[in-house]
Amino acid sequence: MATKLPPKDVVIIGLGWTGAILAHELTDQGLDVVAIERGPWRDTATAFNIGYAPDELRYAVRLDLFQRPAQNTLTFRNNDSQTALPMRQFGSFIPGNGVGGAGVHWNGVVWRYNPTDFRLLSHLSERYGASFVPDELSIQDWGVTYEELEPFYDQFEFLAGVSGKAGNLNGVIHEGGNPFEGPRKREYPLPPMKMTYGPTLFAEAARSLGYHPFPQPSANLSAAYTNPLGVKMGQCTYCGFCERFGCANYSKASVQTSVLPVLMRKSNFEARTECEVLKINLDASGKRATGVTYVDSSGVQWEQPAEIVLVCAFAFHNVRMLLLSGIGRPYDSSTHQGTIGRNYAYQTTSGIELFFDDKIFNPFISSGALGQVVDDFNGDGFDHGGLGFVGGAGINTGPTNGRPIQTRPTPPGTPRWGAQWKQATKKSYLRFFTLGSQGSSYATYTNHLDLDPTYKDRFGQPLLRMTFDFPDNDIRMSNYVTDKMEEIAKALKPREYVVSRRVKPYSTVPYQSTHNTGGAIMGADPKTSAINKYLQSWDVPNVFVVGASAFPQNAGYNPTGTVGALAFWTADAIITKYLKSPGPLVPS
Amino acid sequence: MTSTRKRSIQAAVLAVAVLLATRVAIATDLQSLEMIARGRYLAVAADCAGCHTKPGGKPYAGGVALETPFGTLVAPNITPDRDAGIGAWTDDEFVAALHEGRGRDSIRLFPAMPYPAYSKMTRFDALAIRAYLRTIQPAPDKIEPNQLPFPLNLRSNMAVWNALNFKPRSLEPDPSKSSEWNRGRYLVDALGHCGTCHTPKTLLGADKESAYLEGGTLQGWFAPNITADTRKGIGSWSADEIVSYLKTGANRDAIATGDMTEEIVHSSSKLSDDDLKAIAAYLKSLVPVQESTPQALAAFDPRMMAGQAIYKDNCAGCHAEAGTGTSGLFARLAGSHTVQSDDPTTLIHVVLTGSQGAATAGAPTSPAMPSFDWRLDDAHVASVLTYIRNSWGNAATVVSADQVRVMRSAFAHSTSGANR
Repeated sequence: MATKLPPKDVVIIGLGWTGAILAHELTDQGLDVVAIERGPWRDTATAFNIGYAPDELRYAVRLDLFQRPAQNTLTFRNNDSQTALPMRQFGSFIPGNGVGGAGVHWNGVVWRYNPTDFRLLSHLSERYGASFVPDELSIQDWGVTYEELEPFYDQFEFLAGVSGKAGNLNGVIHEGGNPFEGPRKREYPLPPMKMTYGPTLFAEAARSLGYHPFPQPSANLSAAYTNPLGVKMGQCTYCGFCERFGCANYSKASVQTSVLPVLMRKSNFEARTECEVLKINLDASGKRATGVTYVDSSGVQWEQPAEIVLVCAFAFHNVRMLLLSGIGRPYDSSTHQGTIGRNYAYQTTSGIELFFDDKIFNPFISSGALGQVVDDFNGDGFDHGGLGFVGGAGINTGPTNGRPIQTRPTPPGTPRWGAQWKQATKKSYLRFFTLGSQGSSYATYTNHLDLDPTYKDRFGQPLLRMTFDFPDNDIRMSNYVTDKMEEIAKALKPREYVVSRRVKPYSTVPYQSTHNTGGAIMGADPKTSAINKYLQSWDVPNVFVVGASAFPQNAGYNPTGTVGALAFWTADAIITKYLKSPGPLVPS
Repeated sequence: MTSTRKRSIQAAVLAVAVLLATRVAIATDLQSLEMIARGRYLAVAADCAGCHTKPGGKPYAGGVALETPFGTLVAPNITPDRDAGIGAWTDDEFVAALHEGRGRDSIRLFPAMPYPAYSKMTRFDALAIRAYLRTIQPAPDKIEPNQLPFPLNLRSNMAVWNALNFKPRSLEPDPSKSSEWNRGRYLVDALGHCGTCHTPKTLLGADKESAYLEGGTLQGWFAPNITADTRKGIGSWSADEIVSYLKTGANRDAIATGDMTEEIVHSSSKLSDDDLKAIAAYLKSLVPVQESTPQALAAFDPRMMAGQAIYKDNCAGCHAEAGTGTSGLFARLAGSHTVQSDDPTTLIHVVLTGSQGAATAGAPTSPAMPSFDWRLDDAHVASVLTYIRNSWGNAATVVSADQVRVMRSAFAHSTSGANR
């Protein structure tokens, strides 16, 4: 069986953004830290050669940087009445693999969630009355407030070198930024990216309708930058190979560009790659983790004892790790009891394609997080009275790429192949751009994660089962915001436009978003949350579960900014509270 | 290239007498902590570990192979192990190795061990290094240093070589110069043995003293001119920029390449700021003979036009259209002395194999340039280098496809090359 290794102070499961941030902070305190990463080692110098980093076929089509379904996948169903089947090819979301995790191949959009998002249930009840929230929703407060997280958002933004324009500095609204955002203590570390033609027109059209467009906050750096760790990053070249790719010229923030050069120099840090954690080990009481058991690429099992276990894998992998380890009570969707797997949520998106005759947009000049956004219909930034739904969405135009294989815009009525298709792509490629809405995904009592009763991974452990469909509330929300987006589309005066609305049932096939959240959620009540406000397990206090798995529901924003802030927040709680007095940081 | 120190040595013919260095007896306590700490610092300044510690190996247990033009030498074990190391040596034998190139029982060392430089070290400092090395964990690793082919492997050859090329001498302070300047010269000449790479060599592998620190080519790299020549040397760098380069591996314009990255990581990044300033002060005082500046190649030359197109497609993303780079991340090409050096060896090397900057506490990023050997043919590399050598105010000789071909075929037979 497993060979026992010398103990460490901290073992981290997964070396992505959260694992690397926590490792950096805790090794600074002198703790001996090991991170165990399922996938391969990656660094900019060796893994992202500028000559082949923008290989669309290899990275975007064949998904080279992503998790292989044969290594691990999920089973999926829309509701409890169905039998879940394994996803043999990732589609609607694509989980990352290897050092850096999904933070390698992200677009680089860095949001803060709104103050009201963190106390969502309390806020909506206060503003609209207790019965306003639709019955299907199981939304909750986070247990942590925006004000508490603000310094840690700041820390992540400066680590990553985020380019943007503050809309709210210490309560004072500043023109050109997002007037709906929570107050920030200081300006972004870098000014916004240069806008290309599409976003410029979008902003003009939105402004003409009375909205408040602003540049999307971006971790594709608008200028060269040295972060607080002393690591240098370069200026983005707008090459348009961000999402699904590693950045070869040090200009998209990632674990590689922002943390590893400093972390890997530390003698009290070690990364073990190609090693998959099978479970967190508990002592006889079940109240204390003793470490983890993992298997290396030779199939040899190792036990790594540690005083603290940090679960820092991708959101649904975190949930599966808790379920496999018997930490916490699995959520039962028929009784609504239990916590692990509860409140799995996603992202509710829609889009509009616009085709022009008289304008050239040069879509190849682009970057993952470049763009303009209107936040007038996001969160609870607008009055929901009489609208029949809660939540909202940002409306954006983000020219992420104009890559040759997958950017084939053709207007309706174009054949799918042949001379006419070629002609139409040729005509449309330069003369189109898209609008998108990225909406909240509010948790329900039925959407959840648990262990599949039938399907197992290569080690014989059950796969995770995902049960999800869009709540009717979210469909109503998305339609409302899509109507608003359509008004902006009309104001842009295209030759024609095509609206793609979000419809049920949710399908795992077309790509939508890798913003999977929840399942090991934070909160103030151990009956309805897996972890407390410091992301500490209610059940096993020397286990912290960090990532988007902690979101009680998802807001209308990309999650990475909040994930990064929660990692710094957790590190701070461990350093200033837990190390001084190991045990539950919140009485249960 | 796999090793840091690749020294030229030479087979010679006849034995002649060897001058003995003057020994000044200084009362020293080799067990004093001050002496040991001094020795540790000096061992870093002299970068003993650069050759005597294998990457990832036991400290000072030897084993780094030095590929010289004459064959392979392996740096020996200098831990205090009595059999495998130098534990049984007397202090005088140790000093003789540094000052005279003579090992135990007076066997002659090959000048891959830079005793021509170390002979300028004071006896006191040599003994301090000895004091420190005595504290190292003894390692039983037996090393056969001499792997030269016959007859070059005959150590008696070195008597001749020494007679022709080596005058052991101490470095007398120059009272007309500041103490900082004198300290800098001692660090550069005696401890840092900068000339081992940066001074060109004679056919016999000895320093060409008339071209002191004006740049040397060895093992596929051109160790640049480090005199204060403003175009070919580092004369355009301020003293602070020299300090920053030696301390962190990068300054406003440049990023270290080749074996210099190892020197920086293991040695100069660990020196005190005062010592680095002294080195800078000394180097800035070395004003060479001014030569006329060459004329830049015309922009409409076909090689320049091809080079510009290749540059835009392959290089401008990082180094920028105007060759300005990004401080500490992407080397500045406009005005760079490395780019304009007469010998383009380093440029060809970097483009073919890629290069990774030094990772130091002061500059941890360690940015990398990828390899282009699989992507650009010999004529492409020649054109793009000719272009960067003759653009934005730069002026230097044309690089030929033949020069690229020779280096490419040399690399094809070695396992080296970063970032492929």
